[in-house]
Amino acid sequence: MALPVYASPLERVWYYTFRTLCALIFLFLVAPILIVIPLSFNVEPYFSFTHKMLALDPSGYSLRWYDTLLTLGVNAPDDAVRDSTWWGMVWEQATWVKAAKNSLWIGMWATILATVLGTTAALGLSRPEMPYRRLIMALLISPMIVPIIIIGTGLFFFYSSACVSPDSWLGWALSPVLSAKGCLANSHLGIILAHATLGIPFVIITVTATLSGFDQSLIRASASLGANPRTTFFKVIMPLILPGVISGALFAFVTSFDEVVAVLFIAGPEQQTIPRQMWNGIREAISPAILAVATILVIVSIAMLATVELLRRRSERLRGVTPH
Amino acid sequence: MVDVTSSAPDLLRTADGRPLKAALAAAQRKAKWRAFFLVLPLLAFVVLTFIVPILKMLERSVNHDGFSSNAPAMVAWFNANPATADIPEEAYAALVTDLKQMQKDKTAGAAGTRINYTVPGTISVFKSAARAAEKMTPPYKDALIASNKMWADPLVWVAMRNASSAYTSDFYMVSADLKRDAADNLVRVEDNQRIYVYLFAKTFVLSIVITVACLLLAFPIAHLLAVLPMAKSNLLMILVLLPFWTSLLVRTSSWIAILQEQGIINDLMVWIGAYGEDGRIRMIYNQTGTIIVMPHILLPFMVLPLYSVMRVIPPSYARAARSLGATSWTTFRRIYLPQTLPGIAAGSLLVFILAVGYYITPALVGGADGQLISNLISFHMNKANWSMAAALAAILLAAVLILYWLYDRLIGIDRLKLG
Repeated sequence: MALPVYASPLERVWYYTFRTLCALIFLFLVAPILIVIPLSFNVEPYFSFTHKMLALDPSGYSLRWYDTLLTLGVNAPDDAVRDSTWWGMVWEQATWVKAAKNSLWIGMWATILATVLGTTAALGLSRPEMPYRRLIMALLISPMIVPIIIIGTGLFFFYSSACVSPDSWLGWALSPVLSAKGCLANSHLGIILAHATLGIPFVIITVTATLSGFDQSLIRASASLGANPRTTFFKVIMPLILPGVISGALFAFVTSFDEVVAVLFIAGPEQQTIPRQMWNGIREAISPAILAVATILVIVSIAMLATVELLRRRSERLRGVTPH
Repeated sequence: MVDVTSSAPDLLRTADGRPLKAALAAAQRKAKWRAFFLVLPLLAFVVLTFIVPILKMLERSVNHDGFSSNAPAMVAWFNANPATADIPEEAYAALVTDLKQMQKDKTAGAAGTRINYTVPGTISVFKSAARAAEKMTPPYKDALIASNKMWADPLVWVAMRNASSAYTSDFYMVSADLKRDAADNLVRVEDNQRIYVYLFAKTFVLSIVITVACLLLAFPIAHLLAVLPMAKSNLLMILVLLPFWTSLLVRTSSWIAILQEQGIINDLMVWIGAYGEDGRIRMIYNQTGTIIVMPHILLPFMVLPLYSVMRVIPPSYARAARSLGATSWTTFRRIYLPQTLPGIAAGSLLVFILAVGYYITPALVGGADGQLISNLISFHMNKANWSMAAALAAILLAAVLILYWLYDRLIGIDRLKLG
């Protein structure tokens, strides 16, 4: 929307005021995210820019907070030689590394569960003959709407009573994924199930959105050419909806990777995740180590956003929809 | 053979001789089931991990057996006798029997806790009475009242009668800042104890403030995104989506870095000389913190629905209005704004729903006076006041479900989009 040549002076003033206003709002949106990046290189344990940093003096910057991420919780002297034994200890003992491993593990399984169940359900929900479509859709999306504190409270009551005796055959079979008492509380499985539930609405929304532009006659065409339903699904439907499925999966993963409230309610000390570690850090002694983690997470989220954006464009191209 | 005398459409048959209508109905039924079976696994999963926990919570909000399971003699007496103003000796005898047993089982605290919800200060009364119960001699009425005057208080007896059943609406009563008087009527609690209704009201008001702030910030940029050429607007859209994809805790901690007393804004203000070292403003760990940070967190949820509506508004209407002599302000107010209303409604409702139940941000940056109802639920959970937390959560859930229903009616849940 360029300014027309016949615009009055008042319109010109308004045009530039409006643009400035928008720039400020975009600044409000993005600045708080990007500001953590330089702050995380602070040599001092402060949460603000030092004079040295503002003067771009190299001695004002350091990687010490990134180093803290590796050394916190490692049972080794500070001046230990960084050989393979040391890295092995970091991998096994460092608090943040352990948290990252837990987060990735939980996030991966929650994403797989949410994506498989969500995509299947979205395929059913997109069929015009689906009974009670609206009601079921509202139910499946509600985990996104219901406050997380309510879900956490409910899960706390449910999980503390959802136990199988470790002596029974079921308890024995499930013992690797349940807590020592055979309960869902304080177990990895409990958090995976909870996070999958939280991720499902995102998968449903993105996949149904992709399917809304899906030409149902392609299925009939495939069947008329002699493909059985399975071949039709993998050769015709799946390639077309894949961008939506991957977007949904990324949303589900980010949801799990960022989730702290349910973890606070239902997890034990064994299920320390990155958000929980950050939460403790922010509440207790806030150090720039938090900002170092934040920087890493910001870079991860930029990568994810770029992926989703590329997928969306690919999906639109595949479906022959011109962008917007 | 089939009856061929019936009406004409019945004559239409499939190749294998079935009436076409019946064959169609059967095929449609089959398709229906096929669609339903695709949804069934997820439905079962969500029922197990979402519906059942919430039902458990609702059950908890009306159930507390701390008193009823530990005071069998009292329960029996309350069941056998109607409520009277004058409590007879036999009731006190039953009470002492129960107190003796509580002392043995170490459950006086649990029973006292249940009564304490409606009559504050009774936990210690129960505990000390249980300790003294073994040495008490008849008449028990005088012995108990001599040990603590509260045992003569009709309020305690009303509370115990109500607690003699595990199922109770007491927690909802407390959540509404009500209590029972000696005659078992509901009355409002003293002004200085009305915390719950006040907090619900505050949550509601703060959510409205946050929603309005989001709307004011989102409207200009959504408009800009809608009118810019596609390539530019896609680029700017990434700036809106980036916060959406960034961890909540990352955004909250960077706001702490920006707003705290030794933070960036205060440093900047001191540096440019707007105020001195001692003039640093406290912008975080209070209500201001919640009001600044929450709109930032929720802004994408307002921009996206607004943008999707504004994008399809034809610019020709505004041009027509201008050519007919309307000023730009009139064109905006009478032509453009009414066409964006669906987007405003969708965004505002979504942001309001999310704000009402928000927990993380107020907990981290809200300090004491920026807390919302979710934070109180968490407080009660940490204190093991489970039924109280469940009742508050149930009220919040009811409010959110009403808003969600409204959203579905006005906008339609299947129109929800994420970028």
